[in-house]
Amino acid sequence: MKKFLALVLCAALCLSVFTVASADVAEVKLGVILLHDEDSTYDLNFINGVNEAVAALGLNDDQVIVYRNIPESNDCYEAAMELVDEGCTLIFADSFGHEEFMIKAAKECPDVQFCHATGTKAHTEKLDNFHNAFAAIYEGRYLAGVAAGLKLNEIKANGKLKGEVPLMGYVGAFPYAEVISGFSSFYLGAKSVCPDVQMKVQFTGSWYDYNGENAAATALIGAGCDLISQHADSMGAPTACEDAGIPNVSYNGSTQKNCPNTFIVSSRINWAPYFQYIVNQVANGEAIDADWTGTIATGSVVLTDINTAVAAEGTVETVADVKAKLEKGEIKVFDTAADNFMLLGGAKIESYIADVDDMGDYVPETEVVSDGYFHESEYRSAPYFDVKLDGIEWLNGF
Amino acid sequence: MSTLTKKKSHEPLVHLVKRGSLPSWAAWLIRLAAIAVGFTFCGLVAYLLIAEGPKKPDSLGEFFGKFFTSFYDGSFKLNAAAARRYNRIWEFLRDMAILQCISLAVTPAFRMRFWNIGAEGQTLIGTLAAIAAAFYLGGKVPEGLLLVIMLLAALLAAGVWAVIPSLFKAQWNTNETLFTLMMNYVAIYVVDFFLKIWVPTDSSLDALPHGKLPVIGNNYLFIVLVVAAVTLVTFVYLKFTKHGYEISVVGESVRTAQYSGINVKKVIIRTMLVSGLICGVAGFLFAGKDNTITTTSIGGLGFTAIIVSWMGYFNPLMMLFSSALVTVLQRGRVTQTFGVKGAYEDVFVGVVLFFVIACEFFIQYKVVLRKRHHADGKEAAK
Repeated sequence: MKKFLALVLCAALCLSVFTVASADVAEVKLGVILLHDEDSTYDLNFINGVNEAVAALGLNDDQVIVYRNIPESNDCYEAAMELVDEGCTLIFADSFGHEEFMIKAAKECPDVQFCHATGTKAHTEKLDNFHNAFAAIYEGRYLAGVAAGLKLNEIKANGKLKGEVPLMGYVGAFPYAEVISGFSSFYLGAKSVCPDVQMKVQFTGSWYDYNGENAAATALIGAGCDLISQHADSMGAPTACEDAGIPNVSYNGSTQKNCPNTFIVSSRINWAPYFQYIVNQVANGEAIDADWTGTIATGSVVLTDINTAVAAEGTVETVADVKAKLEKGEIKVFDTAADNFMLLGGAKIESYIADVDDMGDYVPETEVVSDGYFHESEYRSAPYFDVKLDGIEWLNGF
Repeated sequence: MSTLTKKKSHEPLVHLVKRGSLPSWAAWLIRLAAIAVGFTFCGLVAYLLIAEGPKKPDSLGEFFGKFFTSFYDGSFKLNAAAARRYNRIWEFLRDMAILQCISLAVTPAFRMRFWNIGAEGQTLIGTLAAIAAAFYLGGKVPEGLLLVIMLLAALLAAGVWAVIPSLFKAQWNTNETLFTLMMNYVAIYVVDFFLKIWVPTDSSLDALPHGKLPVIGNNYLFIVLVVAAVTLVTFVYLKFTKHGYEISVVGESVRTAQYSGINVKKVIIRTMLVSGLICGVAGFLFAGKDNTITTTSIGGLGFTAIIVSWMGYFNPLMMLFSSALVTVLQRGRVTQTFGVKGAYEDVFVGVVLFFVIACEFFIQYKVVLRKRHHADGKEAAK
């Protein structure tokens, strides 16, 4: 026991040496509210982001309190208020349904900063201490789509297409803008290198449903899809692909370990840059953006390593090339000007009114097409792209 | 003599003897000791798991200090801000009241040995009915009237949900445990169905602006008062009325009840209706407190209530202690204090319950060791 104690004390001493932070950052206390815990890939992604940011900023353990398994109910408000009482000066919540309860707490505690991922209301609430954040994950989806399109070209060149044209299947959670934006950019990425690609989308009605996602992917494979991707948090779809030997483009992180023969690449949001940003802003007494959108350039949108054993030849180079062009703004994901690219009813999109101001009325009010592209995540951080593009067939979820 | 010899040689090292009667202070001492031992056991298990966590304590002593404090903090800690000084205590009282209310609901049926494990669904369907009333009538009728309609809707829905299995039980002697359990899942899908209608393109129903519970000084006192009243009424109903007596007789023996002229079918249905109505009250409180509903609004309290009722010996007043204990456990702040994941609080409820139930055994029986220096035994051994 004494030895163990000595070891623990030594470790504590070592840690304390490394945690010399600047005076300002040392005064920030971060509270984090999570819908689930590490067992959910979605929440794990946030926890990893917090840990990475904490290490980079040199915060000590007492400066971070994490509340796990907080439902999207008044419990969230009570958790936020409890964090205020524990001395937190900056409170973050990770789930869409937390938003109204975070706003309620923000109104009562003007001295504390409240940040919320995936929310939609910061730009209309106009509170000094309530902020939304998301990432331009559609850029990552687009890149993953390029990898998918190249794979389809390879399958086509080998004469192994199941049907007449290359067909992708997509397992989506809900028919919300976040999901639609994701699969549309994925589709466009594929189309940019494989012009005759088509896609079928099957919604499961759940963010996490292993059996449902597995069955949806299996059904899509049965319907003749040559490649599958998904926006849902379980291993259901990747596993179905591995079992059927159909290539898979994943999400939220690499599934290569479990699916070595079918995994191509995965896109994900890295939240560490955002956590660093908000801690620094609070430490310096500066305002946090009402809507913060992370991009490839801020390191918020990342791709995993490409599985070269499955990906088509030259994928690594092409993806790197497209990524560089996206960063420079030479390529727009939702390019409405390019020929035979982003079509609605056989025509180019000249104008589109989206529901950017979420007043609970589901009434679109903002023109989002100008300068030849759809301005996704520019008028607010959360996605609002919900166009039903040509070439994408919705099997359900109308 | 030979038979006696045989018998003696097979006497086990320990055997159990039913106690005559233990003075009640001794029984309570055993129960308190069981809770303390259970708590300590939880702590030891948690220590082994948390020793690997990011905020691991330096010593066992420090750990236990923080461990016990985390339970105190969750329910009783005074807040820093003056305006919110006593909020955590109030939240504790509110959580305890809600749990007590659902526990009261299962109790009449349990006293009748009717194993109603459908309180979760009965409460949920009550909440749904009240929310539906607020959704469709909110703003169209005065707030006071709306609350009354919400309450009536909740009582009706939860009552119907509870009576359905009891009709089958009374008529065809179906298994009530399975039936009430299945009704929980039906309720969940009914809620899912209505949510799809109300919010087809969103993941959740935003809090409704109407149908909020009355504020008496704060948001909590109304709930506490309602449940205090329900507790008293249920206590009187079970202890001092003919209905309550009939429930006890049916619980003791259905045959005896039939012989003494009690209409058992009627008692079963009526008692389940009472259970359902109390769930309706709980459902109404949920609706008025949250102003929204999800499929998981009740959060498993319908099942926790079974434990609370059991630990309170199906006595509404004793259940105040068990619901307080379980609420303190559930509001523990172990994962926050030590920066670890895991459903520690839920596990602790189970572990402490295990110790409490185990101790009942020792209140009923005593352990007797084999007497080694028994004269007869010595002789027989030769």
